[in-house]
Amino acid sequence: MTSQYYVPPTSKWPIIAVVVTGSTAIGAGSLMSYGTGLPFLVVGLVGVALVMAGWFRDVVNESMGGLYDSQMDRSFRQGMAWFIFSEVMFFAAFFGALFYVRVFAVPWLDGEGAKGVTALLWPEFTASWPLMDTPDPSVGGPWEVVNPWKLPLINTLILVTSSVTLTIAHHALKADDRPKLRQWLIVTLLLGLVFLVVQGVEYVEAWNHLGLTLQAGIYGSTFFMLTGFHGLHVTIGAIVLAVLLVRVLKGHFSADNHFAFEAGAWYWHFVDVVWIGLFLFVYVF
Amino acid sequence: MASDTSQATVQVSTSAVAQGDGAHDSHGPTGILRWVVTTNHKEIGSLYLLFSLAMLFVGGSMALVIRTELFQPGLQFIQPEFFNQMTTMHGLIMVFGAIMPAFVGLANWMIPMQIGAPDMALPRLNNFSFWLLPVAFGILLSTLFMEGGGPNFGWTFYAPLSTTYAPPSTSFFIMSIHLAGISSILGAINIIATIFNLRTPGMRLMDMSLFVWTWLITAFLLIAVMPVLAGVVTMMLMDINFGTSFFNAAGGGDPVLFQHLFWFFGHPEVYIMILPAFGIVSLIVPTFARKRLFGYASMVYATAAIALLSFLVWAHHMFTVGIPLVGELFFMYSTMLIAVPTGVKIFNWIATLFRGSISFEVPMLFALGFIVMFTIGGLSGVMLAIVPADFQYHDTYFVVAHFHYVLVPGALFAIMAAAYYWMPKWTGYYASETLGKWHFWLSVIGVNLTFFPMHFSGLAGMPRRIPDYALQFADFNMLSSIGGFLFGFSQLIFVWVLIKAIRGSGEKAHAHAWEGADGLEWTVPSPAPLHTFDTPPPFDPLTESPSRH
Ligand SMILES: [Cu+2]
Repeated sequence: MTSQYYVPPTSKWPIIAVVVTGSTAIGAGSLMSYGTGLPFLVVGLVGVALVMAGWFRDVVNESMGGLYDSQMDRSFRQGMAWFIFSEVMFFAAFFGALFYVRVFAVPWLDGEGAKGVTALLWPEFTASWPLMDTPDPSVGGPWEVVNPWKLPLINTLILVTSSVTLTIAHHALKADDRPKLRQWLIVTLLLGLVFLVVQGVEYVEAWNHLGLTLQAGIYGSTFFMLTGFHGLHVTIGAIVLAVLLVRVLKGHFSADNHFAFEAGAWYWHFVDVVWIGLFLFVYVF
Repeated sequence: MASDTSQATVQVSTSAVAQGDGAHDSHGPTGILRWVVTTNHKEIGSLYLLFSLAMLFVGGSMALVIRTELFQPGLQFIQPEFFNQMTTMHGLIMVFGAIMPAFVGLANWMIPMQIGAPDMALPRLNNFSFWLLPVAFGILLSTLFMEGGGPNFGWTFYAPLSTTYAPPSTSFFIMSIHLAGISSILGAINIIATIFNLRTPGMRLMDMSLFVWTWLITAFLLIAVMPVLAGVVTMMLMDINFGTSFFNAAGGGDPVLFQHLFWFFGHPEVYIMILPAFGIVSLIVPTFARKRLFGYASMVYATAAIALLSFLVWAHHMFTVGIPLVGELFFMYSTMLIAVPTGVKIFNWIATLFRGSISFEVPMLFALGFIVMFTIGGLSGVMLAIVPADFQYHDTYFVVAHFHYVLVPGALFAIMAAAYYWMPKWTGYYASETLGKWHFWLSVIGVNLTFFPMHFSGLAGMPRRIPDYALQFADFNMLSSIGGFLFGFSQLIFVWVLIKAIRGSGEKAHAHAWEGADGLEWTVPSPAPLHTFDTPPPFDPLTESPSRH
């Protein structure tokens, strides 16, 4: 292999991406710190969406134009795989926080173990999980927690099924069966959207009727951070699936060259696996 | 083959493609815009290096503000509130703005050249990664001018100082950490993809230079722990703005949770700042000892061992916070275990020097200075790992002495060594030996004068992060301040050296600038042309691998 290396040409998109990302950060920061800066945030977020559309469109066109060699393809694959690993570690931080408070912090506040001295802070406090009564009653815990065997179970089934349907679509793509690919991809996308709707219903229910809010002590904090970031990732995954669907309808991808499809599929499976962890450790146990 | 590429270019008519066909010598924009849109690994490497040099002086100036106030007991120049902002910003800027980007800049410049690649694997992502940094640090520095001042809770930003009692600008600070984190993660992904995917045919993993190896492992650490930092600052953000209870015991959370999460990031972060330094020293010592590196394979395994252990030691920063006894013992022993692979490395460097034909050019001086003074910092680290001793040392100037020894004559000296080593390749001219030697010796004197007395003031009980102190610490502090100014101003010599080399005054360099040097980067002309390898260069492991027998 002594053929010429392929190096992609320069592009204006990265620097525009920096500007809009920076605008988002400045807007969000000043909104939270000083209550101003909404225009920066809006411009930033809209900009991020536009830049991603533009940047990816260029990449798709280059790919369709046959510019990329197998080495470039491997670079994209490895990049995506390591990106998902970084997402795994992001969720690991929140799962770590959940396990730490459940196993150590809350029992210690009740006087258990070597750090039992912290029980002196709130002598009345009794540890439990889910934590319904916070150490300091002024914080206030939830009245009730979400029943895992209703909406969360339905959502689990939906998401697991969607992973299966996406795999069927993938196999159809590899077998060059375009109608089957289209149908199963649409089914997957719909399942993703149903998941998000159910999650929304559950949130409204929890917030309004169970007293389960972000402010409801550590249970509410971990509940909403874990399910919230997961929901955000499902949303991103659904957008990715929608883009893939549009490309499939346009006739993109071939049986042996469809990196973007695989990357989207990896991401969707990752989101699915995270949900199983959530279902087990946030809802059930 | 070139015609194939341009034909394909014609088929696709996107604006990006229209700007030039990349693989060769045509370039779209010129002037300042060229640097803004560049996707070339050498140009981006230079941007990273220049940015980190600028940050070194910004963070260094803050250190001198601190040393000015501490020159004498009592409050003479600044208020305690501002002092706290200076210690915090100094730490954040040096860690995230100076040391880390300098190593990323070196990686950008050298990894593609050392493995025979045409560029980084994902060149456009590379541009995005770099330009996020000036934005992140612009935001960080701007907090100093905001209502309520900038971050004042120390570079480790422990809750609840950084949540309940934080200045209003803290959400801004969190945003800047997020941006710097995104930059690091994407940069690390790019480095891993480059190393795994763009090596010239025939170069196995065990044929890579140790700089490439150490960066591969560093990049893995970055991808593993920067997201945890992102997670912890997000929890802070929620606690501050949305009423969550992560670090609030009243709601069932725990401020100590912050410390666990922070140091799960923070300890690997320490190795992120030192493993590439190990790689640099492992190239420079063999070059100027005119021998092959002793124990190549053991160097690789030791680096991997250090990286894996780094995930299991984080609570050694928290011995006095009140963790259970089992935890104290576990983290004490796991920490001390790290001394073993680190000792392997130091042994290997010394064994490489043994019976070598050593010459003392400036890069070698910095590398040898690294070996001696990093070891001092390593040994005080072992002292700090001992739980009962740490109860005495914790939060004293002994800790400050320890981590400055591993970061300044450690990481920073290695960066300087690398700069002198590769400057002929970058600019086509050797760095001035005379000025370089002045730079080295003044730095050695300055750094030891600054930080060695801190061992004593720390052992005598002087706490860190205070603007005023008891009279018995006055002499040590005066010495530290004099040393600090000496060290700070001697870095200006480096700027002078760099400008001279860039302007092309001095001795012209050959392609193979150092006679004892190994590696593909010395097969291309000095200065290296903008595009080095259009086709994979030949590589024969039998005669070119650093692991050959
Ligand atoms: Cu540590």
